[in-house]
Amino acid sequence: MSVSGNLREPALAKRHRIGQLFEWLCCGSTWFGMVVLALLLLSIGWKAMAWPTPDADAVDRAAATKTDAKVAASLSPRPLSARFLTSYDSRIPQKAGIKAALWGSLWLLVFVAITTVPVGVGAAVYLEEYSNEGRWKRIIQVNLSNLAGVPSIVYGILGLTVFVRMFGLFGHDGKVLDLNLGFAMLSLPLPFERSVISGALTLSLLVLPTVIVSAQEALRAVPSSIRNASYALGATQWQTIRHQVLPAAMPGIMTGVILSLSRAMGETAPLIMIGALTYLAKCPGKIDGVAAVWEHPTRLLEAPFDVFTSLPIQIFNWVSRAQPEYDHLAAAGIMVLLVVLMVMNTAAILIRNRFQRRTQW
Amino acid sequence: MSVAQTSPSILVKQPNSLTRRFSWTRAREQVIRLALFLCGALSLLTTAGIIVVLFNEAIYSFSGTAFFQTVSITDFLFDTVWAPQHPDKPRFGILPLLCGTFVIAGLGGVIGLPIGLASAIYLSEYAKPKMRRIVKPTLEILAGIPTVVYGYFALVFVTPYVLRPIFQTCLGINVDIFNALSAGIVVGVMIIPTVCSLSEDALRAVPRGLREAGYALGSTKYDVSLKVVVPAALSGILASFLLAIARAIGETMAVTIAAGQQPRLTLNPFRGMETMTAYIVNISLGDTEAGSMEYKSLYAVALSLFVITLSMNVLAQWVLKRFREVYE
Repeated sequence: MSVSGNLREPALAKRHRIGQLFEWLCCGSTWFGMVVLALLLLSIGWKAMAWPTPDADAVDRAAATKTDAKVAASLSPRPLSARFLTSYDSRIPQKAGIKAALWGSLWLLVFVAITTVPVGVGAAVYLEEYSNEGRWKRIIQVNLSNLAGVPSIVYGILGLTVFVRMFGLFGHDGKVLDLNLGFAMLSLPLPFERSVISGALTLSLLVLPTVIVSAQEALRAVPSSIRNASYALGATQWQTIRHQVLPAAMPGIMTGVILSLSRAMGETAPLIMIGALTYLAKCPGKIDGVAAVWEHPTRLLEAPFDVFTSLPIQIFNWVSRAQPEYDHLAAAGIMVLLVVLMVMNTAAILIRNRFQRRTQW
Repeated sequence: MSVAQTSPSILVKQPNSLTRRFSWTRAREQVIRLALFLCGALSLLTTAGIIVVLFNEAIYSFSGTAFFQTVSITDFLFDTVWAPQHPDKPRFGILPLLCGTFVIAGLGGVIGLPIGLASAIYLSEYAKPKMRRIVKPTLEILAGIPTVVYGYFALVFVTPYVLRPIFQTCLGINVDIFNALSAGIVVGVMIIPTVCSLSEDALRAVPRGLREAGYALGSTKYDVSLKVVVPAALSGILASFLLAIARAIGETMAVTIAAGQQPRLTLNPFRGMETMTAYIVNISLGDTEAGSMEYKSLYAVALSLFVITLSMNVLAQWVLKRFREVYE
């Protein structure tokens, strides 16, 4: 019997129709995510490109007060402009920018990377290379998967109590510890208050589980023949890990680290909890460029203990203000944030693809 | 047993810890091992820290009074009014916050779970490799967008351009600017990548033989996908659902921005609601005095949130282990 003969049987034809319908349904669901992504980018991009059209009252008022040309020239023509990147937040939407937030996010990024990379990779190495399927490994592993599911705001509360207040151990006003480093004085405030370092440590705790798990996967992908060859040549375990296993796993580890860092960059709730400032007209440590570091190098030591704001915090702050202009500013801020995240993710994907092709075991 | 510990004296006599000589190399190995162990133990310390902090402020305080030493736990669980700011008689009934949380997570689940599962089935059973190469990175981008962006999208796009024209203009239902539905929709979109990638892993782990046996019995592709592959991967799919719902419950910024700040005990998704996470954010944005009842209520709410999400995660792991089909 031919296939077309089969299809003429009503029951089978019906089954095929249902099957076709189901396939279309699944295909449609798959495209749903992409359509939403496109809508999201388009609507935000459109908002970021133009100020809201002023209502009639505002036009009348502007005509009555005769805004002079000098003031008009100092206002940005669009929410997203070069000026937006180089000016501080302002009460006048047309003059506001995200300079402080950009520098704050950069500082956070640097410190989160400094703390998570050694600790995360170290923990992964311990779990994969040292602990021999023992009780410790099982406990830590279960704990990691639970920690990955804890809402980020709970980490914010942890950070608030542990880093910002330090359990209130240092009294109401806190202490300042002056350390002489030889070339400069480091004044270490205890507790850390609402500083860059508090935010960075909180975010580090938040992304550590993801860093550890992805580093574990990278280590697991290194074939054991490499380890055995190294042992056979008389290397100790640490020498094997340091010179053979870690270099081989490095691309995978880097990919995981960059993806986790980009997650930390977009995280808002824990930073609100630990009290990142929402209105700030200076960068951490007053460093707003290479020139500032060149002239006052000691500011590099002050910056980690200075107050800060970050990109998502600034966006949230603008969203919650009433004037419609701030909606458009928030859209511009989101565009900047998305570009930063896109660059980081692309870097991660490039690293992954490049090394996947080269190393073949 | 590690190789490093056996090598030096193996020809002389059987090595054991008593006869082994001290050497700097071995000492260094031990120090490094200890340091790496401490890195691993930091995650245990984090968990302990979370539990101690929440316990100390909410249940039993070692310095001062905790939240539940002032407010009885029955009031907290069964009172229907959440009014911590009330000057004379503050009331702490968590039900309105729980209601907001579960309405939004439920709406998110209704939207996100079926769509996520359907796209997982499509990607694992129907899609050609070329399609997968387009879809997978898009889903990764969707997963990487910060939640504050989703909140903004809900507030300035979903509510005014989607919900209000449909429900207010056409159907005459009043839609608040801040409403649970817009928050639920974006939370649903947010959990699609989680559901999709975890379920797809589970579906792809089902061995080919099962599918081919289905075809051999005369099944169509639809029958095989829905009646053979999905049941075989059920434990993984259920676990992905639970994890996604736990994520929706813990979701903070999108619901804070889109759903508003009114603790309301209602099931009407067109009204504004406050979730547990949104309450925590709003308290920490205001200038609440440390040590006041309002401030301590934050820890009590956070403890409830922690307990709920943790139990869902544990449940997901249990489902994964208990109902796993093992194939040889």
